[in-house]
Amino acid sequence: MAPTELQRTTSLIASIRRRLTYYLPTIAIAVGVILLWEVIVVIFDIQQFLLPKPSAIFAEFMLQVDLWLAPDERSILFESSGATFWEAFGGFIIGCGGGILVALITSRWTIVSEATMPFAIAANSVPIIAFAPIMNNWFGITNPASKMAIVAVIVFFPTMINTVRGLTLVDVEQLELMRSYAATPARIMFSLRIPNALPFIFSALRVASALSLIGAVVAEFFGGPRATLGVYITQEAGAFDFAKAWTAILMASIIGISFYLVVLLAERRLMPWHVAFRQAG
Amino acid sequence: MAVAAKDIAISAKGIHKVFNPGAEEEVIALQDINLEIEASEFISLIGPSGCGKSTLMRLVGDLIQPTAGELLVNGKMPARARLDRDYGMVFQAATLYEWRSVTKNVQLPLEIMGYSKSERQKRAQAMLEMVELGAFANHFPWQLSGGMQQRVAIARALAFDPSVLLMDEPFGALDEFTRERMNLELLKIWEQTRKTIIFVTHSIAEAVFLSNRIVVMSPRPGRITEIVRNTLPYPRDFNTRNDPAYHDLVANVRDLLRDAVGSLSADPSSGEYVSAQGAD
Repeated sequence: MAPTELQRTTSLIASIRRRLTYYLPTIAIAVGVILLWEVIVVIFDIQQFLLPKPSAIFAEFMLQVDLWLAPDERSILFESSGATFWEAFGGFIIGCGGGILVALITSRWTIVSEATMPFAIAANSVPIIAFAPIMNNWFGITNPASKMAIVAVIVFFPTMINTVRGLTLVDVEQLELMRSYAATPARIMFSLRIPNALPFIFSALRVASALSLIGAVVAEFFGGPRATLGVYITQEAGAFDFAKAWTAILMASIIGISFYLVVLLAERRLMPWHVAFRQAG
Repeated sequence: MAVAAKDIAISAKGIHKVFNPGAEEEVIALQDINLEIEASEFISLIGPSGCGKSTLMRLVGDLIQPTAGELLVNGKMPARARLDRDYGMVFQAATLYEWRSVTKNVQLPLEIMGYSKSERQKRAQAMLEMVELGAFANHFPWQLSGGMQQRVAIARALAFDPSVLLMDEPFGALDEFTRERMNLELLKIWEQTRKTIIFVTHSIAEAVFLSNRIVVMSPRPGRITEIVRNTLPYPRDFNTRNDPAYHDLVANVRDLLRDAVGSLSADPSSGEYVSAQGAD
């Protein structure tokens, strides 16, 4: 029997209520921390250049939103956010795409992937961000490509390493099964190795989503166009306008978290079968 | 024998298998294995760990190659038989692809072998109905119990109609009740399809209940101790286990295995074998 409209509505309400109860502690902690921050700044009379009040940061943020929405005004903060987002995003696509591609190509020949893996793992331990000034020389300090290059190199190695692992750490019996079907290497690649690698790839992409924004902002600390978050933060902090610097940090956080969530959603879309999502379904 | 000359499905003559030959960790896994298996026969390989029963099964399936000896499957080299898709395989773990639904898992070998979509769906559904999982076609493996997953694995192994079914402890991970049910189901499937089955097991009861012949093996080096003919009539059911002849066979196989396990108490330092009976 089909559920009636009333039953459907009550079950919807119940599910919303369940979700609220589930997230309530998280929301409570967030609100609590912000309140505590506000109270501490007021009670101890902390100077704004040391730690601005959340309410001051929020007021500055709303001002920027108004500037952004007003037709004849411009908000450097929002322009900066856009620029930094594209640097991070571009670097993410180039670096992760390249990492997956190289992994697919090298894993086709065990010898090649075994030969390249030590270098990849070593390169992964190198603080790539240290190359930022060099990239500024190569591509030009105001060219977004200099930041994209840094981001791309930062995310390339973890993505490549994880993808190679996912493609090679295949259950022996599943390979034997494929052998008993007399399956071609290409078939084994598409039907077994790539699906097997998906969870590995996505765990790399989740890390890469956070790394890409960190890479872009920190690379901008070494210099870049005015309208980028890294430059914005250094300049406003240098001018002792800390509420402004903090709004930029807030924007960077919002972009970083959204980025992560998009990867998470894509993951759920592409592998609904995965262990991590079974309870949620 | 009263039975007229039948088709020989699998014939092994003087098979030796040595792992890491020449190296320090050299292991003689199988020594001088001679065995003929008739078409449509149900053969169990039983023996303690290290007796080479899985190795023998994997040799037949061309997952590994013998060091010496002649092995023919349906009159062909094992590699040829594998390329002709003569083998269906079932392992102790169901090894289903967790990203594929039940029916898609059963269809996988058919996809690889280039069957049309409608043929794939038809066969998968028929196989799933045979293992009584017709209603679970669109479930995912993790939604099924261990016994159900193993039935999907059997359906998948049979989907492309191979002539030989190789089963390596397929019910080893299941509880006793599920295992007995699966034994009944497997016999039913075998009676329907008349596949040649090589069934590797640790369970004496299972081996006796299922097979035409029980190949008892012993370790170090792996060899065939004895081949026990099982004349219990088919179809076998729950009552078979109450048959005195069944109990005699179980006792017989157990004695043979005790002899085989007896040599396990070997003292590796002296290289001498101390028989369990000798210690009595």
